[in-house]
Amino acid sequence: MKPVHPVGILGFGAYVPRLRLAGADIAAVWKTAGGAPPPVAEKAVAGADEDVVTMSIEASRTALARARVGAGQVGALWVGTASKPYAIKPAASMVAEALGLTPRLVAADVEFGCKSGSDAMQAALAFVGSGMVEAALAVGMDVAPSRPGDALEYTAAAGGAAFVFGAAERVEGGAVALVEASLSYVTDTPDFFRRDGAAHPRHGGRFGGEPAYFAHTLAASRALLEELGARPADFAHAVFHQPFPKFVEKAGRDLGFTPAQLRAGLVAPRLGNAYAGSSLLGLAAVLDVAAPGERIFLCSYGSGAGSDAFALRATGALPERRSGPTVAQYLDRARRVAGYGEYLKLSGGVRR
Amino acid sequence: MSLAREVFIAGVGQVPVGEHWGLGLRDLGARALRAALADAGLGTIDALCVGNMLGGSLNGQENVATLVADAAGLRHAEAWKVEAACASGAAAVRSAVLAVAAGAHERVAAVGLEKMTDGPPDVVASGLATASDQDYEASHGLSFVALAALLMRRYLHETGKARQDFAPFALEAHRNAATNEHAMFREPITAEQFARSPLVAPPIALLDAAPICDGAAAVIVCSREALRPGERAVRVAASAAATDTIDLASREDVLVLGGAAVSARRAFEAARCGPADVDFFEAHDAFTIMTALSVEACGFAARGRALDLAAEGAFSRGGRWPLSTFGGLKARGHPVGASGAYQIVEAALQLRGQAGPNQVPGARRGLTQSIGGHGSVIVTHLLEA
Repeated sequence: MKPVHPVGILGFGAYVPRLRLAGADIAAVWKTAGGAPPPVAEKAVAGADEDVVTMSIEASRTALARARVGAGQVGALWVGTASKPYAIKPAASMVAEALGLTPRLVAADVEFGCKSGSDAMQAALAFVGSGMVEAALAVGMDVAPSRPGDALEYTAAAGGAAFVFGAAERVEGGAVALVEASLSYVTDTPDFFRRDGAAHPRHGGRFGGEPAYFAHTLAASRALLEELGARPADFAHAVFHQPFPKFVEKAGRDLGFTPAQLRAGLVAPRLGNAYAGSSLLGLAAVLDVAAPGERIFLCSYGSGAGSDAFALRATGALPERRSGPTVAQYLDRARRVAGYGEYLKLSGGVRR
Repeated sequence: MSLAREVFIAGVGQVPVGEHWGLGLRDLGARALRAALADAGLGTIDALCVGNMLGGSLNGQENVATLVADAAGLRHAEAWKVEAACASGAAAVRSAVLAVAAGAHERVAAVGLEKMTDGPPDVVASGLATASDQDYEASHGLSFVALAALLMRRYLHETGKARQDFAPFALEAHRNAATNEHAMFREPITAEQFARSPLVAPPIALLDAAPICDGAAAVIVCSREALRPGERAVRVAASAAATDTIDLASREDVLVLGGAAVSARRAFEAARCGPADVDFFEAHDAFTIMTALSVEACGFAARGRALDLAAEGAFSRGGRWPLSTFGGLKARGHPVGASGAYQIVEAALQLRGQAGPNQVPGARRGLTQSIGGHGSVIVTHLLEA
């Protein structure tokens, strides 16, 4: 899919909480000795004063500053998340107000599991590309829910990123990355879900692998490559949704991307799986280091299920528009939570 | 346990063992049955016995024999299900054998069938636990694997062996599965991988245990009169079953699978031969400890000596009694209610000389033994070329 008018990313910003929970602390509580090691050493967890709203505001502030757009130019904001604080009341309105974007804008939340953020990107891309707005903000952010004692508790993490999309030529300074094309692939596949009112999500175990993550990631990726007439080797970087590092490595292998291409965008080993924020954090991490002219491939995955694929190209403007906190700085800024008990308190697992 | 008249194997069929996300119980069963019918040169059949353990608890489906008969398009066929925990598949074959031997039918199909991947691991574990004693084992939290772990721990204590001494069983199984296109695992494993395998229920590690998976295998048995003219079919020389106490704590000697020994003895008596006359043994290798106890119970090794013989290569391809010739439960896979049927399908292929790269040269007699629970119900068959 290509929009009518060329669209680019004008600015991008990330946010990852400071706190980390060690996988070993989870294992000490739930697992017998000698079991398989946790898929990641530690995961990022939200502190008492962090949620999707606060984190989205932080990431968006960085993105807007880098984008060099005024509040009045942003005509739309979508917050993609699977952990919005209210079941009815959008995170987007609070974020928009805090950023000074209100009242003349389209604002709403988007949910499609871990691809909520990339769905927000598709929407922003379309609103700008149609000429309806000058600039649009897409956020993917989560404080990922998990069931205590479940395998996914080791990786369900907090964090995400925001992207300002704008007309490629019209805005001052131009885009830092051009959108070449995008594509979405959706089926009804119930691999992971949380029923309204249920405390914790449920999932189908190994069903989340081949018929879910891989089926959609590979189909969407192959379809976009075919649409572009491109091969994996044409891209300097490839970013995928990151439930486990092993899934990314396998998806890359199956599609023909090399480990070197995956390296810059693979953030999961340091922070876990930030759900709607996962692939967007990967993209932000790539944009932190990409050189002008490099092509970037992105394919998300969301349970339910589907994948959004994007092909981007870094521009000459990118190196000058990276001031402010990088993904690496967020990952390095880390403090261990004092054990599983403190994590339960912070995540609402135990209440006063 | 001799049969009133001779019974032969007219056809065999199987579905590859694996995680069949797109196939349900009916699809798996019908596919295996149709493959066996095609192998037997038959368009239809009048009687069908299905062996299945978890249909009710895991798939919400009882009446599984009717389901398979319907899905396979068998109009008004007689169909019934048998359940003997993890030995259900072999029990289905025995039931079919008895029906033919008794003259009730000239041909009966037996299908072993299991679909384990539709539920999360904890639900599957609860289902498997129904094979043990609910009152004295399962309801107290003893999982199926935990009970096997107790056996393995006791065995190691009494024999002074190490966990690594069980490696040959797993290594050999995976080696054989690599050339079996119906096997779930197609990669060989190394002794080092076996040693580093994560623990499931100590001392049982992942590579000691068969996988959760889906599968179906079918065997069509028939009378001599129903054989095709000039057909040299594999003969069911013996079909024998026995039980033991359902709970481990009541066993006479917990490291002697008494029921397996009796079942095997009954089979050898009916076939008028002994362990020395068998060319290969499809043992119930759901756990490496069960392999060791099985070869001892059937008389291939003295009590406590299975690992010594394994170390000498007695049970490897080219050894005196090759085990798991197509990968066994460990590497071909263990869709529980289906496994007993897979063993018999594989034994028949061996005896027909149709085992391809897995062929045991000159195989004339094969023993198959399927065990339900931890040796509480055992169905043994002895097949002859």
